[in-house]
Amino acid sequence: MATTAAPTGGARNGAGPEWGGFEENIQVMGGGSAVIDMENMDDTSGSSFEDMGELHQRLREEEVDADAAAAEEEDGEFLGMKGFKGQLSRQVADQVSCPGRNQMGSRQASRAFSLYANIDILRPYFDVEPAQVRSRLLESMIPIKMVNFPQKIAGELYGPLMLVFTLVAILLHGMKTSDTIIREGTLMGTAIGTCFGYWLGVSSFIYFLAYLCNAQITMLQMLALLGYGLFGHCIVLFITYNIHLHALFYLFWLLVGGLSTMRMVAVLVSRTVGPTQRLLLCGTLAALHMLFLLYLHFAYHKVVEGILDTLEGPNIPPIQRVPRDIPAMLPAARLPTTMLNATAKAIAVTLQSH
Amino acid sequence: MAEAEESPGDPGTASPRPLFAGLSDISISQDIPVEGEITIPIRSRIREFDSSTLNESVHSTIMRDLKAVGKKFMHVLYPRKSNTLLRDWDLWGPLILCVTLALMLQRDSADSEKDGGPQFAEVFVIVWFGAVTITLNSKLLGGNISFFQSLCVLGYCILPLTVAMLICRLVLLAGPGPVNFMVRLFVVIVMFAWSIVASTAFLADSQPPNRRALAVYPVFLFYFVISWMILTFTPQ
Repeated sequence: MATTAAPTGGARNGAGPEWGGFEENIQVMGGGSAVIDMENMDDTSGSSFEDMGELHQRLREEEVDADAAAAEEEDGEFLGMKGFKGQLSRQVADQVSCPGRNQMGSRQASRAFSLYANIDILRPYFDVEPAQVRSRLLESMIPIKMVNFPQKIAGELYGPLMLVFTLVAILLHGMKTSDTIIREGTLMGTAIGTCFGYWLGVSSFIYFLAYLCNAQITMLQMLALLGYGLFGHCIVLFITYNIHLHALFYLFWLLVGGLSTMRMVAVLVSRTVGPTQRLLLCGTLAALHMLFLLYLHFAYHKVVEGILDTLEGPNIPPIQRVPRDIPAMLPAARLPTTMLNATAKAIAVTLQSH
Repeated sequence: MAEAEESPGDPGTASPRPLFAGLSDISISQDIPVEGEITIPIRSRIREFDSSTLNESVHSTIMRDLKAVGKKFMHVLYPRKSNTLLRDWDLWGPLILCVTLALMLQRDSADSEKDGGPQFAEVFVIVWFGAVTITLNSKLLGGNISFFQSLCVLGYCILPLTVAMLICRLVLLAGPGPVNFMVRLFVVIVMFAWSIVASTAFLADSQPPNRRALAVYPVFLFYFVISWMILTFTPQ
C-alpha cells in the first residue's frame, strides 16, 4: 500500500549520505536529473481524504484496474515522498554544514533556474505505458456511479496532449475538400488555437470554479480530466465529418458527448461537497463541454458546407447560408472565375460572422 | 620521471618534455572515478587539421556538405536500420527540404493580397515546432536520443513528402478533376507511409521497447498534417 512504501524508502536512504542516495535512486528510475517537481506531491500526498477514496474505489473496481492503479500510485508516491525526503535532507545538510552563512539564497536561485530551464520538470507526467493510455481512453467514456468517495484521476499529460493534437488533425481533415481554394493558414491557426485554447482555458476556468466551490482537485488533474474528455469529441467529429447527416450528429452528440461529460461530472461530484457547489461546478463543465462539440461541428461545418454547396451545385439539399449566384448555364471558361468569386464570398461571410 | 618520445610528424619539437609534467599540481579526490582515455594532445597534428579545413576552397567545403546531405537522403529513401543519420547529424537537409516545401506550397494566384507570405511562414512554423514537440515528447517518454539528432531525423524524413509535393504539382498541371484527385491522394498516402516507416526505422531504437507506440503516434500526426497541407494545395 501507499504508506508502507515510504518508510522502506526512507530507511534505505538514511544509511549513506543523504544527497548521494537520493541521486542514485533518481538515476535508477529514469536517467533524468535530480530536479524534483514539488507539485507532484500533491497528487500522491496520501491525505486521508484521498486514501479513503482509494480504498473504496479499489474494492469496487475489477482486479486488473486495481492492480494498475495501485502500481501507479505506489510508483508516484515513491517518487514524491522520496524526493521530498531527499530535498529536505539536502536543505538541512546545507544549514548544518554552514551555520554562519546562508547558502540557501544562491542555492535556491540556481535550483529555480535549473527547474525552469529543465524539461525534466515534466518527466513524471509522461511516465505512462501504452496499456495505461488505452485503458484510460476507454474509461473516459464510462461514467462511474460511485460519488460518495473521491474517484481517482490519473495525473498525466501525455494522453491529453495527444488527444488535443488529434482533435486538431481531425478538424483539419474535416475541412478537406477537393478543388477548392481554402485559406489553409487561417484554418490551421484557428484549429490549433481553438483546441488548445479550449483545453487550457476551460481547464483553468473550471479549476478556478473548483477553488471557489472547495473541490478537491488540482490543476494537473483538471487538465488530465478535460483532456481525456476530448476523446469523445474526437470520435464524434471523426465520424460526422465523413458522414454528413445532421440526425446522426445529434445522436452521437447526445450519446458519446453525453457519456464523456457524465464521466467528468461524476468525478467532479465525487470530489465536491455541497449540492450548490456540485451544481455550479458540474453544470458549468457539462454546458461548456457539450456546447464546444456543437460549436466544432457547426462552425467548421458551416465553412465546409458553404464550399461544398458552391462546388456541387443545387443537387444536394443545401442549407442556405450564403447566397449563391452561379447561373445554371455558363461557358466553361468563365466557370472557374465565377466559382472563385462565390467561394471567396462564402469564406468572407463565414469569417466575418465568427 | 619518464620522458615522452618525440611525436612523429613534428619536426619543430626540440627537447622532449617529461611525461605528465603539467599534471603534477592537480589533485584528484579519491571518490571521483577517472574514466576514459587519457591522451596527450599532439598539437602539431591539430594545427594541421584546422588549417586543412580553413584553407580548402569553398567549392570543396560545399561539396563535402552536399555529399553528406545526399548520403542521408539515400538513407531516407531506402530506410534500413542504421545510425548514419544519428551519428553525424546535420540540419542542412531539413532546412533545404523545409524551404523547398514552403516555396512549393505558396500559391501563385495574384488575386489575394495576403498570399505568399503567410504560407511560407506557416509551413516553416509547423514543421519546426512540430519537430520540436515530437522531440520533447520522445525525450520525456524516456528516449535516449539527443535533441538535434531527433530534429535531424524528423527533418530528413520529410523528403518523401517533398517528392509527393513535386509529383502533385506536376499532376495538377493536367487540370482539376476527380481522377486527378485520386492520383494525388494515392501518391500522398504512399509517401506518407514511407515517411513514417523511415522515421520509425531511425527513431525506434532510441525508445524504451514498450513505449515505441507512444513515441511513434505524434510522428504519425505530424506527417499527417503535412500530407494534408500537400493534398489540399491547389494553385489557382
